[in-house]
Amino acid sequence: MSETPRSEGTADAAVPTEQKDAAAAAKVGGGVVGTPAADTPQTATEAALEAGSQNIPANAQQRTRLEVIDVRTGMFGATQGGDTSGYGGLVRTIAMPGPSERPYGGYFDEVVDLLAEVLGEGGTAFDAAVEKVVVDREELTLFVRREHLVAVCRALRDDPDLRFELGLGVSGVHYPHDEGRELHAVYHLYSVTHSRRVRLEVAVGEADPHVPTTVDVYPGHDWHERETWDFFGIVFDGHPGLARIQMPDDWPGHPQRKDYPLGGIPVEYKGAHIPPPDTRRSYS
Amino acid sequence: MSATTHGASAGAPGAGFRAAGSIVGEDDGVPTFEAGGGDWSQIAEEAARLGEERIVVNMGPQHPSTHGVLRLMLEIDGETVTEARCGIGYLHTGIEKNMEYRTWSQGPTFCTRMDYLAPFFQEVAYCLGVEKLLGITDDVPERATVIRVLMMELNRISSHLVALATGGNELGATTIMTQGFTAREEILKIFELVTGLRMNHAYVRPGGVVQDIPPGALDTIRESLGVMRGYMRQLEDLMLGNPIYKGRTVGVGHLSLSGCMALGITGPVLRSAGLPYDLRKADPYCGYETYDFDIPTSTDADSFSRTVLRIEESYQSMRIVEQCLERLQAMAPGPVMVADKKIAWPAQLAIGSDGMGNSLDHIKTIMGTSMEALIHHFKLVTEGFRVPAGQVFQAVEHPRGILGVHLVSDGGTRPYRAHFRDPSFNNLQGVSLMCEGGQVADVVVAVAALDPVLGGVDR
Repeated sequence: MSETPRSEGTADAAVPTEQKDAAAAAKVGGGVVGTPAADTPQTATEAALEAGSQNIPANAQQRTRLEVIDVRTGMFGATQGGDTSGYGGLVRTIAMPGPSERPYGGYFDEVVDLLAEVLGEGGTAFDAAVEKVVVDREELTLFVRREHLVAVCRALRDDPDLRFELGLGVSGVHYPHDEGRELHAVYHLYSVTHSRRVRLEVAVGEADPHVPTTVDVYPGHDWHERETWDFFGIVFDGHPGLARIQMPDDWPGHPQRKDYPLGGIPVEYKGAHIPPPDTRRSYS
Repeated sequence: MSATTHGASAGAPGAGFRAAGSIVGEDDGVPTFEAGGGDWSQIAEEAARLGEERIVVNMGPQHPSTHGVLRLMLEIDGETVTEARCGIGYLHTGIEKNMEYRTWSQGPTFCTRMDYLAPFFQEVAYCLGVEKLLGITDDVPERATVIRVLMMELNRISSHLVALATGGNELGATTIMTQGFTAREEILKIFELVTGLRMNHAYVRPGGVVQDIPPGALDTIRESLGVMRGYMRQLEDLMLGNPIYKGRTVGVGHLSLSGCMALGITGPVLRSAGLPYDLRKADPYCGYETYDFDIPTSTDADSFSRTVLRIEESYQSMRIVEQCLERLQAMAPGPVMVADKKIAWPAQLAIGSDGMGNSLDHIKTIMGTSMEALIHHFKLVTEGFRVPAGQVFQAVEHPRGILGVHLVSDGGTRPYRAHFRDPSFNNLQGVSLMCEGGQVADVVVAVAALDPVLGGVDR
């Protein structure tokens, strides 16, 4: 189930020719990119954001832009001292798997066709509702625009040939480098009737983190959306009671965001001091 | 147990709690609250003074019959529950966040601690997810997969035994509790024999399992199965024929099939409503399609039928365990980890002074004879392996329902995001539906039949 990522009309984008190993496109042009002085490379830094933005097309409305999630420099996670490894100039752009082309394989084509048909009957164009279809590792992901999310969920649940009647919840992911689309809400839907599964993904920006609630369609998403609000700060508009669920009510911040520190204290073990996990070297 | 009069109209969860508190000050614009309880006589006087019939009772978070640190906010009218809400988060430890700061191989050490009564399910689900991300699902040795199934099914029995035991204990049936926990001890002994630990095993690793089952373990498990069967029969007699137990559970905690589907409730609760939905049959993983077992169902949709189903499922799990034992017996000894040395740790474990660790012989070999092996070992353990960027969702049938793992990789050596869709977390949403309109005493029965484990709920 491999696919070749496309980038339609994104001439200035570094196009990964192989999705393998995530490293994909090593962007070498443009001279030296600033070295991120990051304590933890998983955290967004100014320099990394700047480097990442160079790979994003100027047109923010571009339909099939790359989902750049990180830009890494060097190797071995060494940020202090001189460039002893000789890899200091290495710059790697990490992008998530891009949109797939037909045939998607398995039942995926049928699901997409049926969804397009049902949405069309309701007066919504498939292309307007779904940004892109990604088939990766034998799993189908539909990137849905937030204004059509509820319509898509309703179509997936109610149509007898689709019948994704079991909503398995919502989980958030924070991609600080995916500019303007930093926060992703990911919905996992199962069809008990047809023994199928589909994943919906909605991307919104940190500046406007609003997604319509799916609780009306899948009442079981109530707590999952509260958890995603709690951990990521995605506001689910229309949710019956969007209160924090895991953290205390007066907790500041959203702990699962990448710029939220993990915290921790050094631990002594047999005379040696082990630093807290978020200050240890990261090799990513 | 603390109780407060219900001043404000019912709003968001915690409204009653807040209404009882008083704003004691403002710090940086954030109001701080002080909540207080009191003696029953004072509360009754206060209720009489306000002419307020409704009383909000906080059951938990420290209460013996809430299965852990579950807080139930009950609005009661006499003995009748008019509104039931759950408060969770008291055991939130940020396991998902922590996993983002460890290597992929260290993941099982964290996720095994989520639902501590069913640790193997988190481990297996996580590892299946990592293997799918790596694209090595088909390379996992058959022996490792059979061991995984064996451990999961034993774990299912032990988890169900705790559900039955604590459920009985909460009704005052201490014998059910002692028998259930004694039977569980048999399984914990097997776990200790195979993994070295009674819980928090971290035995299943991406690519296989950490080590093969020890010699003689198959016979031990076979003997234990007989003992377990005996205990299970006793439990069956104690529970299913017991008029008091039946009186407390039959027709209590009803949740219809449509209610279950709407709320995404799975596991024994869904099957007690009549739908034989079990991922081991519906979407097999770990080769479950090759095992011979049945999915028991009921249409009563009450707490008693869930007890019956848990006992039935335990017998079915014993059937699968027997098939695993046969397969392992027939199988020639072989690897229990993928052959790819870039993923499989080069560890040779042995018991050391501070628990289980690398054997001294192995360390002597790599330190003394092979520089490359030492470098490789060091790199793999400290740095870990890289996983290609992408995301997967892997679901397994947990004793409490569908456990889903959503893993996102950014191509690095650590999970970019690991989210666990814990069945208890989801199923607790059914408490309102199951308890409202019933008696306060039935809340305990309904929650026991849901069998939430708060370690998994809060993660």
